[in-house]
Amino acid sequence: MTDNFVEIIGLHFARNDHWVLNDVNLRIPRGKIVAIMGPSGSGKTTLLRLISAQLRPEIGKVLVNGVDVNSLARSDLYKMRSLMGMLFQSSGLFTGLSVFENVAFPLREHTKLSEDIIRNVVLMQLEAVGLRGARDLMPSELSGGMAHRVALARALVLNPQLMMYDEPFTGQDPITMGVLVKLIKHLNEVLELTSIIVSHDVAETMSIADYIYVIADSRIIGEGTPEQIANDKSPLVNQFIHGLADGPVPFHYPANKYREDLKL
Amino acid sequence: MLNKRIVELLVGLFMLIGIVAVFVLAFKVSGLSMYSSNGSFHVAAVFDNIGDLKVRAPVTIAGVRIGEVDSIAIDNSTFKAKVGMHIDKKQDKLPADTTAKILTAGLIGANYIELIPGYDESNLKDGALIIDTQPAIVLENLVGQLIYKLSGDKK
Amino acid sequence: MIGWIEKLGHAGLLFCEHVGVSGLFLLRTILRKPRVIRLFPLVVEQVYSVGVLSFVIVALSGLFIGMVLALQGYNILERFGSVEQLGQLVALSVVRELGPVIGGLLFAGRAGSSLTAEIGLMQATEQLASMEMMAVDPLWRIIAPRFWAGVISMPVLIAIFCVVAVFGSYLVGVEWLGVDAGQFWSNMQASVNFRIDIVNGIIKGFVFGIVITWIAVYQGYYATPTAAGIGRATTKTVVYGSLVVLGLDFILTSFMLGGW
Repeated sequence: MTDNFVEIIGLHFARNDHWVLNDVNLRIPRGKIVAIMGPSGSGKTTLLRLISAQLRPEIGKVLVNGVDVNSLARSDLYKMRSLMGMLFQSSGLFTGLSVFENVAFPLREHTKLSEDIIRNVVLMQLEAVGLRGARDLMPSELSGGMAHRVALARALVLNPQLMMYDEPFTGQDPITMGVLVKLIKHLNEVLELTSIIVSHDVAETMSIADYIYVIADSRIIGEGTPEQIANDKSPLVNQFIHGLADGPVPFHYPANKYREDLKL
Repeated sequence: MLNKRIVELLVGLFMLIGIVAVFVLAFKVSGLSMYSSNGSFHVAAVFDNIGDLKVRAPVTIAGVRIGEVDSIAIDNSTFKAKVGMHIDKKQDKLPADTTAKILTAGLIGANYIELIPGYDESNLKDGALIIDTQPAIVLENLVGQLIYKLSGDKK
Repeated sequence: MIGWIEKLGHAGLLFCEHVGVSGLFLLRTILRKPRVIRLFPLVVEQVYSVGVLSFVIVALSGLFIGMVLALQGYNILERFGSVEQLGQLVALSVVRELGPVIGGLLFAGRAGSSLTAEIGLMQATEQLASMEMMAVDPLWRIIAPRFWAGVISMPVLIAIFCVVAVFGSYLVGVEWLGVDAGQFWSNMQASVNFRIDIVNGIIKGFVFGIVITWIAVYQGYYATPTAAGIGRATTKTVVYGSLVVLGLDFILTSFMLGGW
């Protein structure tokens, strides 16, 4: 039983001939909430996909619970995946199924539980996210925040040990954000989960994370507890955390001299 | 979201209609039932010239269809055409000295085989060979004969 | 000039790559552990959405084509005084060629495009990815049922098309234009051979069904997960599907007429 649920060692990943991740090293301790933050397109979602072995790294190792995920055969990989739950950015609910059926899906696929038990488990999950009354709605009838909560219930129904949240707060209204923040923290404690949050919502994430990694330009440019990160002096981290308009990431897209363009 | 039972019902209906369609095609459109191999026996005939005869051409007696041609080949010893045909089992009383002629349907139609019964007591059996035949009428030969006759008449 | 040739070569290689990927994709879909009992209800559901819902367009098209063939056919045969051959003309045209080909084109347009759009949308909204995360293989849960449904539905639709077309030509030819009913049917029956024409027509249906459905699910699965990407993928399904149907039809017809 290793102390770190997930370990990423010397990871390099490329897409379309350019390196998306370059020599990344991460440790996700058991039972903690770890945030991975960074500007858009810095490879944060890619990291999650590498952890769940939906993608393979060019160089480096991804260890989950001490096991190299890329060395697993398909059926073992699926067993490994049942230890993980993932909340996708677009919630990933199955549009043809009702809320109830969506949450019941993993149970029906992986267990042979009777209908009564399934019903109760699903209702308990929905109760935990506050949507038991919405169980017969179709995903198209849900608001974005509600869809996220249903997806959360679905991801938790098989009792994973690791939960990964891909941009859970992006585009949500303040109330929904508050709900999600509370749920993530609460569930992490109560269910003894290890959580990874990928986000660029600084305030929300810093309020619940135990440890933060900041990624930019395909590398980790800063890590630490929320206090350490907030006081980090390196310019890129500083610009990101405090939301400064100009800094190492420039305001102006590279262009010719202004006077030349205006033909003065 | 359609009720599961209705979906299954409609799918079943769909498949059923499809199968019925295949049957309709088989029997109504292609006239399948007539010549299955259980109901027929096989006979061959040798012709000097088969003209335009094709496989599946009808075989008739007195103009009534009783079978069809199923193979056409060259006999390598006599260099004549050997035509195989199957005949409806109901016609098992054909005399053994039946002859065969190749006729044309209409003026410019397709060729078919007409069987002319003989007088023999014994019957035409499965596997029999008809050698007494009349070849197809080839138009060029006919015209040639006509020209010859006309020029002959003039004299 | 050189640039052009390079682009051509590049496009050719890319095409081969796509064909390869799609071939592997198909194999992975078909060769999954065949949990037939679990698969069957999913297939039934898909036959509904792919086959049953295409029934109306196929049947109506068949009717109109049969009727038009009868009209045109009568018009021309009249000049040779052989209108009694109308039944044979329509039946052979429809069963040998028009049924499979037009059925194929309609199928590519209606069912193929809807499959591609549906699967592409599932990709874009991360439904397939979340299914993978829940350790359920979307290839057998989502793709395979749709593939088998397409393969099964297509010959059925073609048979229906042919029957309706012949019936339509009967309506126009016999009821309206006055061709003798007895001659209509008997000439048709004399010239249409079950083994050569109808069975071959149905074989064509199977082949087209496999190819069109394969293209449709492949395009959907590998579509760029954006709205524009799905639109492009749907268009590709219809275009490639139609072209392949026409091309394969030529190849199959030459085999069949050559007597296989």
